Amino acid sequence: MNLHAVLSLLVFSPLVGIIVLAILPKSQEIAIKAVGFLATLPPLALSLAVYAHYLAGKSLSDFSVSVPWIQFRGLQPDEPAYAVNYELAISGFQLLLVVLTSVVSTLAALGACRFIKKEWKGYFMLFLLLVTGMLGLFTAENMVLFFIFFEVTLIPTFFLIGKWGYFEKEKAAFSFLIYNGFGSAVLLIVIMILLAKTGTTNIVMLKEIIADPSVGLSADFKLGLFIALLIAFGVKLPIFPLHSWMLRVHVQAPPSVVMIHSGILLKIGAYGLIRFGMGIFPDQFKQLAVLLAILGVINLLYGAFLAFIQTDFKMVLAYSSISHMGIVLMGLAAMNEAGIQGAIFQVVSHGLISALLFFLVGVLYERTETSLIGNLGGLAKGMPLTAGFLLAAAMASLGLPGMSGFVSEFMAFLGLFKVEPWIAAVGSIGIIMTAVYLLRAVLGMTFGKAFRDFDGVLDLRGLELVPVLVLMLLIVLIGVYPSVLSSPLQATLETIMLGLGG
Amino acid sequence: MSLESFQQLNWSIMTPEFLILGVIAILVLMDLFMPKHMDRKMIGWIGIVAILAAMVATASMVGGPVESILHDTFRIDSFALAFKLLLLGGGALVLFLAVSYEPKDGVERYQAEFYYLFMTALLGAMLMTSSGDLITLYIGLELLSIPSYILAGIRKFHSQSNESAMKYVINGSISSAITLFGMSYVYGLTGTTNLLDMASKLATLSDSNHVYLLTLAFLMIVVGLGFKLAAAPFHMWAPDVYQGAPTPVTAFLSVVSKTAGFVIVIRILLTVFGFAATDGQGSIPILYNMQNYLAVIAAATMIIGNVVALKQTDIKRLFAYSSIAHAGYLLVAFTALTPNMFYSIWFYLLAYLLMNLGAFAIIQVVTEKAGSTKITEFAGLYRRSPVLAVSMGILLISLAGFPGTAGFIGKLNIFLGALYAEPGHYLLASIMIAATVVSYFYYFGIMTQIFFRPAADNSKFNIPFGIVVVLLVAVVGSVLFGILPNIAFDFLQNNLDIIADFFK
Repeated sequence: MNLHAVLSLLVFSPLVGIIVLAILPKSQEIAIKAVGFLATLPPLALSLAVYAHYLAGKSLSDFSVSVPWIQFRGLQPDEPAYAVNYELAISGFQLLLVVLTSVVSTLAALGACRFIKKEWKGYFMLFLLLVTGMLGLFTAENMVLFFIFFEVTLIPTFFLIGKWGYFEKEKAAFSFLIYNGFGSAVLLIVIMILLAKTGTTNIVMLKEIIADPSVGLSADFKLGLFIALLIAFGVKLPIFPLHSWMLRVHVQAPPSVVMIHSGILLKIGAYGLIRFGMGIFPDQFKQLAVLLAILGVINLLYGAFLAFIQTDFKMVLAYSSISHMGIVLMGLAAMNEAGIQGAIFQVVSHGLISALLFFLVGVLYERTETSLIGNLGGLAKGMPLTAGFLLAAAMASLGLPGMSGFVSEFMAFLGLFKVEPWIAAVGSIGIIMTAVYLLRAVLGMTFGKAFRDFDGVLDLRGLELVPVLVLMLLIVLIGVYPSVLSSPLQATLETIMLGLGG
Repeated sequence: MSLESFQQLNWSIMTPEFLILGVIAILVLMDLFMPKHMDRKMIGWIGIVAILAAMVATASMVGGPVESILHDTFRIDSFALAFKLLLLGGGALVLFLAVSYEPKDGVERYQAEFYYLFMTALLGAMLMTSSGDLITLYIGLELLSIPSYILAGIRKFHSQSNESAMKYVINGSISSAITLFGMSYVYGLTGTTNLLDMASKLATLSDSNHVYLLTLAFLMIVVGLGFKLAAAPFHMWAPDVYQGAPTPVTAFLSVVSKTAGFVIVIRILLTVFGFAATDGQGSIPILYNMQNYLAVIAAATMIIGNVVALKQTDIKRLFAYSSIAHAGYLLVAFTALTPNMFYSIWFYLLAYLLMNLGAFAIIQVVTEKAGSTKITEFAGLYRRSPVLAVSMGILLISLAGFPGTAGFIGKLNIFLGALYAEPGHYLLASIMIAATVVSYFYYFGIMTQIFFRPAADNSKFNIPFGIVVVLLVAVVGSVLFGILPNIAFDFLQNNLDIIADFFK
């Protein structure tokens, strides 16, 4: 088999599902759900195959593909200077995110079969388009292609929130669209300036061109571009004060969409900062490292303190996401191996944990039609399995040793303590707060005062156990055997460290 | 001129124009002698065939040399051919809309006029692309404008249509007069109406009084043509006219008229003022000197168009403002004045033609059925007709400039041009992007109606054949040029060397 086609196949295989769904009549509920779920399996299988290829010790560059695509006309009439190629490639870091995406997508499709109550056909068609967009943007090798896939994720997400969400869904959908549209607009400006000034958007080539002092781009100009990138991805991550849209989405979107949103879409911000911010503008990143560390701490503490006073469990999780993304920023700002590794670990780990938590929220909401902490007291008695997993997921989230959250937080803080001990010290209050708010919320639900009796409320059962068990297993696996993540990351980290000059 | 030399002229380069003109004449006579009760739709279909034939004739000239007849007043160069193809394509699609339009409010009595007035206006627009002289340019402009005035008011017993025609006539005449006044200064300074002669005479201008006069002429021409393009702050007429006119006319005004407007802007401003010196030979041309003014107009047009569109509740008014905004994007490309300007403007107009005419096709079907042009009539379209809903979704996404559609590539092209011009127009590019984000609000606002809201009545639509054709072309074209834009780029670059031809 031609390995160069693998990535294209991986990215575009969900589209086959869309075509099949388009043919199926609306009323065939079971068939639609089955197709929607099955269509997420090819990317999963392919991404695991790529991982196996890597484990077998072969080079990931076997998968790279580059085909001429668009030629914008240049200034000189005869030269087609501004070429944008169709380029996909995968590195260790991207591999992790692709695997994460395909795993969470498959589980979210399972979740959707349960949580989505109407118009499955439209839902799964949009969902599969979203999956294609996410897989594409993690494998895109030039910035224009990245941007295109990035925007491809916006439209389906807008509709998924706006049509299948809860009470204030349309407001949430618009708020999502405008904030992210703004972020992507800023991103587009950066990409186009780079294309106009350097003639390429290939990430590897840009790295060399920007580092080359003979290319006439002033330091201020580069700093400006970097700040624009920071804003663009800051919306997505989200960095305080650009976060308000994300709270609405977390609360209003259907649980299976939030699994994707919190699990993967937020990670695009971190991915972009690492790949483009740190990769292309390492010097500028260094210049602003302290600022980033401070922003990280603000995110961490702001999220943690506000999570503490929420009455809705979904809001607790939303603020907790902000808080955890602060740790990513802090790890990156450390600019050393431990810090960056911690940040990437946190990206993957939070992706798994939040997908699990939101799946459980979805289960709870489906049974009880509430996600208010006060209304869910005494859960351990009525739904022991759910309550147990909820507690376990919360433990993972607050960084209990032996689970993925611990490894990532530990390394991120280790990195930051090395360079900015004071900022890190302030940040460590956040770790305590995390334990406080999560335990308050989860214990309030599991062992809290019983608000109602759970007679006739079914516990986790059947297929619902699959996502929960798979996610829990992965969380523990990373916790006890972190080299599943760290070994593919090695090469990526070395390149980044080389760029940072340390 | 003796009869012999008259016959020796290379009339064949006017084949497309003659085709249209001849068919108009035949159609007028047919209308006259056809029995009253016979269906006039046939006239529309003949018109479509004529336009398609003219398109083939134009396409067959692609790749030929630059030719001109009648003392350079009529010329065929790559610029003319490229834009003529756009106009003819747009004209054909508009006629498809027109034959699917159910005549009422008095249109039934003038149904045949309805069709051939479109063709007359189209003929005017075609003349404009090929003009090498101010006189022919102006005649083309009026030949386009006058039938448009009539078309806007053709719904005789509909008060909005009357208002629309009235406003259009008054504003249009004023703008024509201003343009003409500006042209007269240029004529006075150079003593010729031929564009290229003017250009060579003005290239050595050094008397500061003359430069002052010429700058004044430039501003007047920009103001006059700004009306035609509906560029801010001369856009006030557009929403009223668009709202009152029958939908096919609105589509015609927003696409074909606008394309013709850009044709005349490029022809006059670039040839006459692109070389007019500000201080002796070799100094900065007036056009470059005035770039900032153009930039202000472009920015104002984008901002006003997009911001005011947010508050609209009438779909045709909304599209009027949206088309104002799109004129603003196109003006950004013109302001940048890079050599690839022709290509980015041409491509954007192509994309705009496809997505806007497609959207108007759907607007026509929905509003005609509902009998009202409120945006809320689109509520629940997804349930009533998934095909229309999804098509509209794709076209709106293209209008909003999302990837995968021609609208995105068009914007990217313009954007790139603005950024690699030296010095780069960073501010203008940023405004363009910000304006685009604002436009998400109203384009997605229509989508919420279509996909999220329940329908007031659940009746289905009969989609006439003409609409099906337009939608097919529009949707397939928007997606095709969005994914494989090089089809259009290569066609232009390999066959039509606009820059080299333009000043020959």
